[in-house]
Amino acid sequence: MENPYKAYPVRIDSIDVATQDKSLRTFKFVFLNEGDEEKFAYESGQFAELSIPGKGEIPIGIASSPTEKGFVKFTVFRTGLVTNHLHNMKVGDIMGVRGPLGNSYPLKDLEGKNIVIIGAGFAFTTLRSTIVYLLDPKNRSRFGNIDVIYGARNPGMILYKDELTVWEKRDDINMHITVDSTDDPSWTYHTGFVPTITETQAPKADENTYAIMCGPPMMLKFTKPVLDKLGYSHDKIIMSLENRMKCGIGICGRCNIGKELICKDGPVFTLEQLKHMPEEDT
Amino acid sequence: MKVINIDKEKWASGVESLTSTYRLFGPVKEDDSHNFKELKKGELPDLAYGNSKLSPKSAVFPPSEAMFTYSLDEKNENHHILNDVKKDYSPRAVLGIRPCDAKAVSLVRMNFDTKEYRDPYWMDAFEATTFVGLACDNPCSTCFCTSTGCGPFSEEGLDVLLVENGNAYIAKALTAKGEKLMDAAGFKTAGDDSAIAAKKAAAEAKITASIETDKLSEKVIMDLYDAPIWDDISFSCINCCTCTYACPTCWCFDIQDENKGLSGVRMRNWDSCMTPLFTMHGSGHNPRSQKKQRVRQRFMHKLKYFLDKYQKGIMCVGCGRCVQQCPVNIDIRTVSKKMNDYVAAS
Ligand SMILES: Cc1cc2nc3c(=O)[nH]c(=O)nc-3n(C[C@H](O)[C@H](O)[C@H](O)COP(=O)(O)OP(=O)(O)OC[C@H]3O[C@@H](n4cnc5c(N)ncnc54)[C@H](O)[C@@H]3O)c2cc1C
Ligand code: SF4
Ligand code: SF4
Ligand code: FES
Repeated sequence: MENPYKAYPVRIDSIDVATQDKSLRTFKFVFLNEGDEEKFAYESGQFAELSIPGKGEIPIGIASSPTEKGFVKFTVFRTGLVTNHLHNMKVGDIMGVRGPLGNSYPLKDLEGKNIVIIGAGFAFTTLRSTIVYLLDPKNRSRFGNIDVIYGARNPGMILYKDELTVWEKRDDINMHITVDSTDDPSWTYHTGFVPTITETQAPKADENTYAIMCGPPMMLKFTKPVLDKLGYSHDKIIMSLENRMKCGIGICGRCNIGKELICKDGPVFTLEQLKHMPEEDT
Repeated sequence: MKVINIDKEKWASGVESLTSTYRLFGPVKEDDSHNFKELKKGELPDLAYGNSKLSPKSAVFPPSEAMFTYSLDEKNENHHILNDVKKDYSPRAVLGIRPCDAKAVSLVRMNFDTKEYRDPYWMDAFEATTFVGLACDNPCSTCFCTSTGCGPFSEEGLDVLLVENGNAYIAKALTAKGEKLMDAAGFKTAGDDSAIAAKKAAAEAKITASIETDKLSEKVIMDLYDAPIWDDISFSCINCCTCTYACPTCWCFDIQDENKGLSGVRMRNWDSCMTPLFTMHGSGHNPRSQKKQRVRQRFMHKLKYFLDKYQKGIMCVGCGRCVQQCPVNIDIRTVSKKMNDYVAAS
């Protein structure tokens, strides 16, 4: 059996500044060794440890979709030791990727269902992976209606803008893009917080409709009651959690909430499951 | 199972014979306490010890251990690529481990050896190790192993159990690994274990302390979590982490890169849920910023989460180390009683 702590060596293939304030960059990696890409077979919603020898490892959601081949992509917010170092790296630099880790969004179970995807801020990465997967010609017909509600602080903070523009124009996905506020007169999309936009734009709940939600704690806190009001039952609200991590494989004991380990039993849970798990902040 | 009689006069030469095939670990007296150390040539384990200050978990799970090495020198062909560290997993034996500490190893194994992942460092060390236990005839006043599914003569997790009997040890070789070690030591004289039952009963009778856990499995996690007991329990804790480092069933670790010039080592180090940094997010947000949350985590993990997750009892073998060494006298038995007695208002 292989050492689950050992990262696959990768080369940085491209780096794109993802937001106007440069606090987020999207990194595309290619695997150095033949066969590693196949071993890294992943599903939307999973994450990986980006491993920079000399600096450390960080858990980051996989932003590329399993339908995209030849590379794996992550969008990283600059905040502390490792993320700052990563932001200063160059195309061609060598580092490691370890994973895929954690469970995934239960897309197999959602076949034939309508899906509303709700995201905010830079927690849109694994949702991007999900959307790309769902829109793939081989997959789209297996799912019902798809709605996406995505909010950022201002137009400059919107991730994956080029792709959003393309998805906007398609008739097999309903995009509801919003910003908290803007003074840009040419802004043609929504203005307002994600919970408010969810209230007016999200489809009404029914037996066949599921919500997938990922975002900062405040957004989640205020969107949950809106989904309640729209009639979404808690087993149909799917969320992704975050906690500080090290091993990512359920061994180092760091990331638990109650008896669940976020890195291995999660990061994806239904709201129904979360009701039986402590909220660690209290 | 084989019963062997070991004349105490032959013990030293037997241990000496083992050194050609095994690395030996055993209790060694340092200042005023004992700890498990790798034995130097000619050194004997001090079997007259009561309980070691730190548990012997370090024999398979060192406080600090190298995982990988790497080069940061771009002139080096394999720079920034992790290399395995050559490790010595030749046979090793822990001599004189107490039955509670051996049971702890088998509990901790459930964490390091799972269906999905096998921790190679812990497991390779574990598989290389033969555990030679020493039954406890004189338990400490803080021992409560008989109420944790263990006991002073418990055999769980052991390859050999030694029972002191006058001028001899009665050795029960419990596994093939144990028999092999007895052979290697040249301990071959058939023995008689009929004296063990009475000694076992006598030792068990000396243990008067106990932990109440009988109602824990029927409790609901959220009820215990929200119970109004944690402020009181955690009030005096100074977050010194002694309890977690001394405990044989605590296994949390951190991973850190240590650089020297243009090369470095990825290390893993014991960590403790009693420190605020343990759960601090990059954003500064910390789900366990208060000690109440951290103390609750430690006891909920040991007495409820582990119990519910594995259905193999609590994550405590009753060695009493945390009770003895906590500078402010926080006692897991008192905490367990509070949890066990707690009834949520409906
Ligand atoms: C499942 C999951 C998915 C994530 N996806 C993304 C993503 O797509 N994009 C993104 O920008 N960020 C993501 N994060 C958050 C990201 O992991 C942290 O921002 C990052 O670890 C901070 O590392 P640092 O070294 O810069 O910060 P420091 O504060 O210097 O952190 C030091 C170390 O602590 C640990 N750590 C600190 N904060 C966190 C945290 N929030 N979560 C986990 N470990 C932490 C890491 O091991 C880190 O190296 C995700 C976190 C999790 C758990
Ligand atoms: S030994 Fe006592 S004071 Fe120290 S962290 Fe543990 S409970 Fe707190
Ligand atoms: S919790 Fe305390 S008594 Fe129980 S095994 Fe750990 S150190 Fe020993
Ligand atoms: S990160 Fe190690 S257990 Fe989850």
